Parts: sequence; structure tokens; C-alpha cells
Amino acid sequence: MKHSILFGTLTSAGKRGEKELKIRVLSVYPRPIIFILLITLFILVSCAHVDLNAPMPTYDTGIDPNAWAQVPAGEFHFGQHEDIASTDAYEIMVTDVTKQQYANFLNAALADGYVKMDGEQVVGYYPGDEFRGVKHEEKIEAGDWLFVPLNDPSQRIKFDGKTFTVEKGYENHPMTSVTWFGAWGYCGYYETRLPTEMEWEKAARGTDERPFPWGDEIARENANFYSSRDPFEDMSSFGSRTSPVGFYNGNAYDGYQTIDSASPYGLYDMAGNVWQWTGDVYEGMHYRFMRGGSKDTYDMDLRVWVRNNATPTYFSPGVGFRCVR
Amino acid sequence: MKDRLNYLFTSTKGLILVAIAMISMVTAVWGMLSGPMAEMGVRDWVIKTFGMDIVQAEREGRIIILYHSIAMGVIAIETYMVTGLLKMKAFFKTAVNMLITVGYILTMTFGMGFAYFGHNWAFHGLYITGLSLIFFAGVLLCVALWPWDKEHYITDKDYARTKSGVDLERVAFFTTAVTTVLSSLFGAVPGSYYGHGFETFLAENVIRYPEKSVMEYSVIGHLHIMLALIAIMLTLIIGRWLNFKGIWHKFAMPLMILGCIVLNLGVWGVVTPLEPVAHMIIYVGATPSMLAALFLLIWSWGKFAIEGTAHLTKPTLLQKLGAMVQDPLKFGPTWQMLFMNFTTSGIGIFMAVKLDEIFRVWPAREERIELTGHWHALSAIIATIILMYYGDMLGLKGKVRQIYGWSIIFLSDIALAGVTIFEMKRLFITEAEQQPLVNTLMYMIDFGLGMLLVLLAIVMVWRLTDLFKPKGRWTEEAAQELSQEVAK
Repeated sequence: MKHSILFGTLTSAGKRGEKELKIRVLSVYPRPIIFILLITLFILVSCAHVDLNAPMPTYDTGIDPNAWAQVPAGEFHFGQHEDIASTDAYEIMVTDVTKQQYANFLNAALADGYVKMDGEQVVGYYPGDEFRGVKHEEKIEAGDWLFVPLNDPSQRIKFDGKTFTVEKGYENHPMTSVTWFGAWGYCGYYETRLPTEMEWEKAARGTDERPFPWGDEIARENANFYSSRDPFEDMSSFGSRTSPVGFYNGNAYDGYQTIDSASPYGLYDMAGNVWQWTGDVYEGMHYRFMRGGSKDTYDMDLRVWVRNNATPTYFSPGVGFRCVR
Repeated sequence: MKDRLNYLFTSTKGLILVAIAMISMVTAVWGMLSGPMAEMGVRDWVIKTFGMDIVQAEREGRIIILYHSIAMGVIAIETYMVTGLLKMKAFFKTAVNMLITVGYILTMTFGMGFAYFGHNWAFHGLYITGLSLIFFAGVLLCVALWPWDKEHYITDKDYARTKSGVDLERVAFFTTAVTTVLSSLFGAVPGSYYGHGFETFLAENVIRYPEKSVMEYSVIGHLHIMLALIAIMLTLIIGRWLNFKGIWHKFAMPLMILGCIVLNLGVWGVVTPLEPVAHMIIYVGATPSMLAALFLLIWSWGKFAIEGTAHLTKPTLLQKLGAMVQDPLKFGPTWQMLFMNFTTSGIGIFMAVKLDEIFRVWPAREERIELTGHWHALSAIIATIILMYYGDMLGLKGKVRQIYGWSIIFLSDIALAGVTIFEMKRLFITEAEQQPLVNTLMYMIDFGLGMLLVLLAIVMVWRLTDLFKPKGRWTEEAAQELSQEVAK
């Protein structure tokens, strides 16, 4: 047994003199030393500083974030089990709302008094939800709620006391670190709204049974997902980052060839890049639902019917939104 | 050839070897379809090489068949252990072993064939036939274990028994077997409504929905209780192998019986109006079951320490501790049960206590990671305990026994510690800054599980080559029975 050998060695060596003791101890200890060194190395590596401002390539994708796509009224296959559902006609943004669009909104909304500053947070009014006291349900009362945290380390929108600006290079990336209230407020300000889950899914899928907006299979060049090896990720250091909206449009960027991955109605990024808040408020539940998967999820979460949800105050560098009208 | 087939399909040790080999193959191949293996592109290679037919919409259904295939193999192993350890009529032993062997092989072969290699509906029928045979084997096992047969009464006062002599350990085995058979119905009933009011789903994907159908509740109850019952049965098996007895045994067995019954009532209650209080009943049932396992641990560690230092007049604490861990294959199973409290039970209780305050503030996907990690960890612990008992069955001795036993403990615990930190990472690191930690944890998990599989592969290759020897170890094992190898 290891420890009794050690015990015996120490005792007998102690009788024989210090020199022998050292030799014996060294001969017994190599494995624990290597083990401890390995553990220390692991801890150091795992605690390595992540440079959130590491250089990032900038690309103009050529896709207009102000464009809207028409989705006609009618039936479509909803959910994994292909239930038949239908929607009225609506228009939906071709891309996610960009950081530049959101900064523009904040500047206008602050001037209008639609949003206000509360320390390092942008807050805005929400009229509240009906509370039914269902298990795990939490009250969402009328009042000011967090739209955007400005003190989040991954927040790319800055406020100098007067104006909101976007960190250079991130202008055409999807707006992230925005709560459901912040997404709801943006769409409402422009007299639009967040899509319902059905509207979102129909816009992503069209009227057939495809699992991905572009078809049946997924390749790394279709979308920005976990370990998809796009030009914006480095899994050895900072991990995944968002890609500019409309990036996966068939263009090549510095030799990185993408596949045109638009949905049947011409929408981009309906799978991967960022989860997208949807607008449904369900009875007895304060959670809000997200669709589309993100840069941080495996390809299985990019299937059009996959749902994710969080409290409406949740924000993350992997969650954004788009609006419908 | 006939002798070898007889060894593999009629002797307890041969049957266990076949089941471990089958599970190992499935784990090795299908383990390459997810996680880092998918990231590295290995998944695509496996799919292409084996000609798998992967339809995106059917992922959840495929996974359910995969879980069932592996679980049926594990249940078969436990059944072989029970029939090998406990006294029962020869007819029952032969019938149960035969039925469950045909059952799990049909389930695994044709279930996986149906799920991953195109939808041949004859395969699906054979998969269901396999499950049905396993169910019938379970019913027969219950009959075989009937504890109120005077033939099985005991007189030895060292073991838990009633005044009339009913063996309470046998009652515990019987209770676990009966509740397992009944609990399987909670999965079978929704399955029989498939496509007619019931659709495939993974429980971790519907956790936050306030309203669930009775069928969904039934499946959720089923998956929870089956894993718990596999763990309870394995605890009883380990106790029998180590010859659990004495005062701790007398406390443990009634607790095990009570815990098993209450736990089942709580889980079955989720499909009744008792649903709102079902969790409370489950906690009440889980507590005595876990206490019983703790008593086994206390008794066994004490036994190892005392027996291992019997030759010393005044053993020191260090010497007692040394004796306690002297045999990793006997110390390991209960150590893994203790370790489970850090990776599974402790995390589960912490999550339950802080659910709304912490875990339900995070996105559902984070909670899903915790839930799937939670039961993968429990499944892995069950597997390692089985492998340690199997190591003893193989008759491993000396350095090989030490290396095999400690490797299983260290490798699995490194991996499971990594899984646990991964599950809880959001408590101490943000999404934006997590990647280096995630990478380190993935190395820990992959190294631990990967090396464990390599170790298992070495054992399997050794056993395969042994089968080619005319006087190999298999010839001895063919005549050995587990009940003869119970500790004195």
C-alpha cells in the first residue's frame, strides 16, 4: 500500500539519517508531485483571463438589416411532430436587430423619455402580466424593467452620458445582452412587435417539413453554432462570438466560404448566431421563449422547433431578437 | 464451440460478460455521436462508416431507444447477479436468465437497428418483443424471489429477519423487483399510445411547462424511478456480495424496504391527484433508502478496517485506513455511492432548494445541462460499481486488481467531478468568460471516460482471447457461481 510504504520509509529513514530520508521521500513522491502539478496546471489554464476585446474580423455582408420579408397567411407544419397550424399574413425583419439599430433606438427613446437611465442600466416601462399563482410562476408587475445592462462585460453598446454608441466593428452584429423587456420595448417603439412562436417558426421553416431554415442537413458553413469553426470563434481562448447579421449568404470572406442559408422567405440567421426572443406571454408562466439556437449551442438546438426559455430579465451575449409587423 | 456457447449463454459469469461486451460496443460507437467527438468531426465519420440514417426530427426517439437498449443490458446484468447470488429453484433461475437474455439482445439489436439504420418495422416489432420478454422475466423473477416460502426462511440471527424467520434482505430484493416490474408499466402505457395522444419527448425539454399531460407525467415518473430502482437493486447486490450482516444490516433492510415502497408510491403519484405533493413523498422515500446505503458503507468500511488489521495488536488510525482501502474492488462500490452524493444527490438537493432563486433564473438550456448531467453521472456511477464487482468475479489479483480497481475509481471520479463543475459553472463564471474553464473540464471528462473505456476494451480483448484458449479462464468460470464467492 502506498501510504504504509511511505509511513515505513519515513520511520526507517528517520533512523538512518537525513540524506537517506530525502532520497526515499523523493523516490516515493514523484506520482503525487506530478498529480499536484497537473491539477495546478489545469486550474491555471481554466482560470486563464479571457480577452473579451480580442481582435475580430469585420465584414460587410451586403444584407440590409432594415429589410422586411413578407410571410403570407396560411397553414404550415408547426413543431417537431408536424402539427398543422396557420397564421395571418405578416412581415418580419430579414435579419436580427443589429447593435447599431438598437443604439439608434436608445438615443431616440432616451430623448423621448421612453427609456431612462437607472445607474448603469437602461430601464423602460412594461404594463405587467396577469399573475395566476401557478407553481414556480413569478409576478411581472407593471413598472420599470431592465432593458439593457451597460455594466455587463460583454455589452458592446456604450453610453457617455449623452449618447449611446456601438463599439467599432460590432455595428452589424446582432443586438445581444438585451432582456425580453428590452426587445419588447424596441419593437413597440417602432410600432411593431415580437413574433409569436408560430410566426417565428413559419418564417424560419416555410410550409414544408424541413428541420433547418435552408433544408434537411446542416454543415459548419450554414450557421454560427458551437465549434462551427467560423472566423469569429477561437475555442482555445474566448470561445464563440456573434457573426454579422446575414453572414451566411453564400459569400466568401477572406477565403471562408459560406453557404447561402436563407429561410424560404429570405430571412437570415434563423438558426444559430443568437437565440431570438419571441413575444408570447403564456398563462401561468413568467418565462419567455427563445428560438433558433445560438453560437453557443450544438447543431441540435438549431432545429426550427427547438424551444428555450428564460425569465424576461435574463440577458446574455447569445440572445437577440427581431420584430414583426 | 458448444462449450464456449454454453459458458457465454448459460453460466452467470458468461452471461454477464456478454452483456458487458454488448453495452461496451454500443457505448463506444454511439458515444462518438455527441459532445467533443461531434465537434472534432468523428460523428460524421461514424455515421458515414456505419451507414447510419440520421433524420433530424427523430433525434429524441433515437435517443430514447438508445437509452432503453443500454438500460436493458444493465437490468439483465443485475438480474444475472440476483439469480446467481440468491437461492431459488433451478427452473426459475434458468427461465429468468433465458428470457432476459433473449429479451435484451432482441431489444438492443433490433432497437438500435430500427433507430439508426432506417425504419424496418419488423425490427421495431422485435424491439418491443424484447422489452416484453424482459418484462415477463421480471414477473418470473418476482415469483422466484417470493420471500414467504419457508424454504427461504433463515435462522442465522446475524441477518435482518422477522421473528418467524422471513429473510428481510430477500424481502428487499423482492420489493425492488416487484416495484421495478410495476414501474416499467409507467413507460409501457404511454408507449402503447404512441402516435395516438402521445408523442416522443425528452423530459428535460418540458421541465418548465406548467401543464403536462398524464402521459408525460407517466414517462417522467418512469424514467426517474427506473434509474433509482436500478441503483437500489445494485446496492442490495453489493451488500449480498460483501455478505452484509450484523446490526447495521438489521437497521438497513427495513429502511430499504420502506424507502423503496414510499419512493415508488411518490413517483407513481405524479400521475394521480397527489402530483402536487409527489415530490415530498419521494423525498420521504429516498431518505430511508439512502440511509440504508449509508449503513452498508459504514459496516463494510468498518469490516475492511478490522479484518485488514486483525494481525496487528494495536493498529493505528492510518493502518486502519490503509486496510480499509486495501482492496479497491471491495472499497470502491461504497466509495462510489458516497461520491454520488457530491455529483448527483447533493447537486439535486441544492437545485431543489435553490430552484426558483437560482436555477430557474437561468435559461432552460442551462437547467437541461444540469438535469442530463445529473442522471448521466448516476448512470456512470452504476456502471463503475458493476465493473468493480465484475473485476472481482474475474478473480483479478495483486497489482492487476489494484490497477483495475483504482483506475476505475480515479478515472470515473475525475470525469464526474468535471461533469459536476460543468453543470454548476454558471454559479461562478459568466458565459462570456467560460471557455477556458469549459475546455479544461472537457479534457477532464474526456480523459476520464475515454481511459475508462480503454480499460474496459483491454478487459474485453483479454476475455475474447481467453475464449480461444482450450483451457482458458472461461472453463473455470463456467462452473463457478456468485453465491459461492460471497465474502465470509
